[in-house]
Amino acid sequence: MVPSSFGWTGKIAHINLTTSEIDVVQPSCELYQKFIGGKGMAGHFLRPHVTLAWDHPDMPVLIFTGPLVGTAAPTSGRTTIMSRSPLTATVADTSVGGRLGFQLKRAGWDGLIITGKSDKPCGINIVDDKVCIADAAGLWGSGAEGVFATLADGKNSVATVGPAAENGVAFSSLIVDKHHSAGRMGIGLSFAAKHLKYLTVHGTGTVAVHDKTELIAAREEILRLTSASPILMGQHGFSCFGTGSIYDLMDARRMMPTDNFKKTHFDRAGQLNAYAYKETYSPGKHGCMGCHIRCKKIVKTRDMQGASMPEFETMSHFTALIGNTDMDLVMHANTLCNLYGMDTISAAATLACYREMSGMKDISHEVIDLLTQIGNASTELGRKLGKGSAHFARQHNAAETSMSVKGLELPAYDPRGAYGMSLAYVMSTRGGCHLRAYPVSHEILRKPVATDRFTFSGKARIIKIAEDQNAVVDSLTACKFIFFAAGLEEYARAYTAVTGVAATAQDLLKIGERIYYQERMMNGLNGFDANDDDLPSRFFKEEGSSGNAIEIFPLQREDFLEARARYYRIRGLNEQGHATRQKAEELELEWINS
Amino acid sequence: MDQLVKKYAQKMIHAGLTDSPLICGLDDEVIWSRQDKDIAPLEAVLAGMNINSLICAEPAEPYQSILHFLTIRYPDTITPGDCETRTFLHDLPIARNFSAKAILPHLLKRKSVVVASEGKVRVITFGTVSPEQAFVTFSSVCFAAFVLFFSEFLADCQKGCITRHYEKAYRKAVSCLEDSPGTPPPLMRGPFTSESAVHQAMIEAGRYTVDYGLVDSYFGNISCRLGETIYISQTGSSLDELAGCIDPCPMDGSSCAGVTASSELTAHNDIFMRTDNTVILHGHPRFAVILSMDCQVIDCPHRGKCHTKCSSDRTINDIPIVPGEVGTGPTGLSNTLPPAIKGHRGAIVWGHGLFTVASSDDFNEPFKHLLDIENMCRKEYFARVETCMQKLSYHRTAS
Repeated sequence: MVPSSFGWTGKIAHINLTTSEIDVVQPSCELYQKFIGGKGMAGHFLRPHVTLAWDHPDMPVLIFTGPLVGTAAPTSGRTTIMSRSPLTATVADTSVGGRLGFQLKRAGWDGLIITGKSDKPCGINIVDDKVCIADAAGLWGSGAEGVFATLADGKNSVATVGPAAENGVAFSSLIVDKHHSAGRMGIGLSFAAKHLKYLTVHGTGTVAVHDKTELIAAREEILRLTSASPILMGQHGFSCFGTGSIYDLMDARRMMPTDNFKKTHFDRAGQLNAYAYKETYSPGKHGCMGCHIRCKKIVKTRDMQGASMPEFETMSHFTALIGNTDMDLVMHANTLCNLYGMDTISAAATLACYREMSGMKDISHEVIDLLTQIGNASTELGRKLGKGSAHFARQHNAAETSMSVKGLELPAYDPRGAYGMSLAYVMSTRGGCHLRAYPVSHEILRKPVATDRFTFSGKARIIKIAEDQNAVVDSLTACKFIFFAAGLEEYARAYTAVTGVAATAQDLLKIGERIYYQERMMNGLNGFDANDDDLPSRFFKEEGSSGNAIEIFPLQREDFLEARARYYRIRGLNEQGHATRQKAEELELEWINS
Repeated sequence: MDQLVKKYAQKMIHAGLTDSPLICGLDDEVIWSRQDKDIAPLEAVLAGMNINSLICAEPAEPYQSILHFLTIRYPDTITPGDCETRTFLHDLPIARNFSAKAILPHLLKRKSVVVASEGKVRVITFGTVSPEQAFVTFSSVCFAAFVLFFSEFLADCQKGCITRHYEKAYRKAVSCLEDSPGTPPPLMRGPFTSESAVHQAMIEAGRYTVDYGLVDSYFGNISCRLGETIYISQTGSSLDELAGCIDPCPMDGSSCAGVTASSELTAHNDIFMRTDNTVILHGHPRFAVILSMDCQVIDCPHRGKCHTKCSSDRTINDIPIVPGEVGTGPTGLSNTLPPAIKGHRGAIVWGHGLFTVASSDDFNEPFKHLLDIENMCRKEYFARVETCMQKLSYHRTAS
């Protein structure tokens, strides 16, 4: 039984697309307390199947909310979607905003387990406890925009894949409620592999809260901290400018990846910053359900009205990384990626890799055409690029030009300008990702306090703790950005208030450690080890763009390897980076060695 | 990590927080700042937590006496009402035994624990990214306890409920106070015409603000307007270490590079827009904070919510006192401070700190204002206490 009737609904729907059977799973009290929800619960249900091929019918696609979703806990309306990645073959979890989690919870479900494969294109419609599999042949081939126009009724949440997933693009996304992308891992392709085009959810219930007074008190603490955060609520922060507000900063700190990470400073950054976008497109604020920060920006004027503004990584990679200086092109590339359902970081980074390999000086005039070829898989080049930069570079015997870790293209933070980020990239269980530990928080944004960005000293433990914390955040399922201001101290209070389960910040961190270690174990089962926990050689050989009294040296490989070894010891891994039975049992995880 | 541990051990001594800090940093192994018998129980604490640094120390006077008194007055938890506590610490739990079993339950929940045992008080704090976090928390605990103790003593004096024991604790704490520096230092003369000159002036003024004890640990903020650019200290920066921690923020908003600027940038910006001031200095001088919280309107409907709701035109002599929380929220000081400071040399934010301004092109004047106002508040505080004590003494004698 679920531990209480508060926070969790106690029900998970198992939808088998092969048989069209729908079962209700009711996890035990112990399971909820052990994994919380979101990423934690999804990981638990992925583990027995994780060695299957990503497109095996029995490989589940898992969609999970957390106990705080649908309550007054701030920024807690997110959803984790997980499977095995078509792009990297690692664990593939992605946290997405919008209203999906909120609607799912109000419909009475903590999560969905989708297995099997439909013999024809289908969709899933959920209204409260009614779960239906519907024919989606008429929508197969439609862009995301067309699906929303057909299915969004103003009440429900709609998640859909675009043509990119249907056409086998390995970095295809799931687009949620028009403006929110479950990106990075190719989860859109996981949907398409099951012939699953879309998911709609509408719930009319409420989420019971154990102690509303305590929850309001926790909420006030969190809101007070948010207001005190310049990065979130300041006049240059996310609420005013979106995540693009750090564009200037990354360039000023000489860590803006430029020309496929050959440089770390972009001469034209000053003209392509968030202010310039705001002046040009007059974006309005938009937010996920339950969020007061509202960092998402939507175009209000001109011919692109209603389009999503690009996030920071998209702004950076579609300018500096590929050498483009046209802001309109960034907007169109972003819109096209959303229409086709493609991850913007991987798309831009793959183009940057292609540009370097082909020796092109200017790729700007080809960007839209190349993205269209990728999304439609309409040419041999498009199909090759659609496999991602690592696959493309390897095919052309130029693996070193793919700036990726474990096959996942790196986002817009050059690790030579933040040494903790280099460790975060390699230790991330889903490959080159900034969000697992997000050391930019302290190395650049000075939160909770500033750390020296040019040293590995102390970073191994910092990264490990941050990974544990963010595993909790993705299980609650809250937004990581609010942790620039609040901490697990405040969210533990909210968790207890909602669920009635007593927990401290450190209790939650222990659960986060378990969740993260399990992911490491799953990757180990698929053959990942220390050889995969490494950066592209460029970062150890080439210096960045020094200037403004900031020198960007190549990373010292010996120092990096020492820090990585320290991380292994702190995380409880052996020297090859493998999980150990002793640590697994300490974390109450079942030990499976193969 | 070893360097950081040593750095913050020295900083704690220099700040007068303790004479003998015990600090550890953890990466894959633990480094202690020195040997001590307390290490054994503290390592048991470390084993139960997912952290990277910890500080344990007996606070120096007057904090030791103050905390000793407060741990008797409040058996389980001390709940100061100042801004720092409300926003970041929430409350200060107390343990009665120096053992991992007694300490851990509190540190699992909060950033600090006050341990009252063996006739002395120790404060334990921790960090998850740097010993600096533990240092900041330790300093904030001392500051919050100081403000609470002197605030409550004045309030209790006014109510006439001072016991001899209470008075003795007060006299002890007062006897440990350092004399206030009366003369401000000579600072760089303006006007400044270059960015580097602005930086030098801000670095110097910040350092002196700390040296003169006009801050809670090292925190406050400072800014200078040069043309249409505001140069302001970064969020969380130590005022005595501002080199490399100053952000240029164009007033037309054309760059977001100042996203790491102080959380009070909006308030600074608005002050510059509304007035002809060109320099702003913000510190947390203790008696200005304490006096801002002294209000005798007992039946006020906003009692307990003064920090956001106070609507009275309160002043200490010529200095207005305004409500407002940190930052830019609906109850943020960015809404209340700029209009209040217009036409004044400074303004105090309730339970938080003092902002001073000048149009004099350098920091001599705002620094002098900061010092003068704090000295004025200190004098006023003791005058108010003395008046009450005289009445109390009269009643004691009469009865």
